[in-house]
Amino acid sequence: MEDVKADRVIDARGSYCPGPLMELIKAIKEEDVGKVIEVWSSDESSAKDIPEWVKKAGHELIGVFEADGYWRIVVKKTK
Amino acid sequence: MKRIVILGGGVAGTLTANYLVPKIRGEIRDGNVEVTLITDRPYQVYEPGFLYLIFNRLGEAELKRDIRELLDPAVNIVIDRATKIEAENNRVVTENGVYDYDYLVIATGARVVPEEIPGLKEGGHWFYNFEGAVRLREALAKFTGGKVVVSVMGVPHKCPVAPMEVSFILHDFLKRRNLRDKSEILYTYPINKIFTMDPVVEMIQPMFDERGIQYKTFFNPLEVDAKNKKIITLEGEEESYDLLIAIPPHRGAKVVEDSGLGDKGGWVPTDRYTLKVEGYENMYALGDATNLPVSKAGSVAHFQAEVVAENLAAEIEGIEPTAMFNGKAFCFIETGWEEATYIWFDYYTPPQPVMPSKFVHFVKMAYNKAYWLTARGLL
Repeated sequence: MEDVKADRVIDARGSYCPGPLMELIKAIKEEDVGKVIEVWSSDESSAKDIPEWVKKAGHELIGVFEADGYWRIVVKKTK
Repeated sequence: MKRIVILGGGVAGTLTANYLVPKIRGEIRDGNVEVTLITDRPYQVYEPGFLYLIFNRLGEAELKRDIRELLDPAVNIVIDRATKIEAENNRVVTENGVYDYDYLVIATGARVVPEEIPGLKEGGHWFYNFEGAVRLREALAKFTGGKVVVSVMGVPHKCPVAPMEVSFILHDFLKRRNLRDKSEILYTYPINKIFTMDPVVEMIQPMFDERGIQYKTFFNPLEVDAKNKKIITLEGEEESYDLLIAIPPHRGAKVVEDSGLGDKGGWVPTDRYTLKVEGYENMYALGDATNLPVSKAGSVAHFQAEVVAENLAAEIEGIEPTAMFNGKAFCFIETGWEEATYIWFDYYTPPQPVMPSKFVHFVKMAYNKAYWLTARGLL
């Protein structure tokens, strides 16, 4: 799953909570159903907060992957 | 002659000018330096006062001052709307002129964009500009009970603590008018807690509980159904309301966006310590205009203005600019009609709110009057 191809990558590294989550929320509003969005965040709390939001909003969490000093959180818009 | 242009007549621009001029007065007098401030309106607004205006505790006249009264007489004042910053040519284009600069200070602030939430303009209120605040004052005066939703519709926004403050003051306002038992207050926030900073959440959340102020988190409004008075969220929820007090989404200034200098939100990428615009040696940015992870609040602009003024003065004198911004912020938090707490923090120190008291509230009320001394660079 780690090599899933994202339709949109949001590089939110260097931005602190809630920046990365708010950027994902904006992208979810803009993208079509079925699109895969990947958020890069250097803020560890994003790795927890973003999956929580994805669950509440009813989208699909494809995975949270640790990269070199940051996290890749991959989400599919399902509705 | 060196030309310094300051774009913006809010607290950031005004204070930068008023701190800078005394440091280089001799150079200005000798004609070696010119300081020009460009602002699109002839007056400055004390925006924190909107929180009081909506409850009829401060009037319009107390929140406005002629910009000429506030600025050092050595500053050239241009009342004109800037339409483009041509960074490659070192000049600012306005509706009626062109201004070359050697150094530019971007202090263009933030703007509310309620139009980004369909239906909000028709169905909601806000207190983040004069027109909205006056309209909300009327709505609150006529309110006879029902469900009030205080909804934060985007982050970042100006004065991060204001949505909590308005909820607390509203609670007491309704009590004083014998309407609290006929009313509900619901506060909503986009992330999974009621505020971004944990120490503040730890203090405020129990206070919401004590007062019966309800809250919902992970609440991101997608649209407002003005006809049926409902908020529809991205998370698939619906929330009805009788009175909607929204904190609308914010963006950076249009001139910043139109000049290609902003990030996706229109905020100017700025070095968090030097306050130089990233990639430009002769441009500083401060106040709400920046992309920095600090509060969009007047106090931050105030502390940043000290740094920018010191560095500009050093550059004029041919000295290496060494002043650094450390992320300092100070915010009062009104927790009722007559009580308040405060927080201060910086890049290295998290906030630690003190127990709310009448004393802190009265200090804040006094500061509301004394602000104009701050704008003049005196306080």
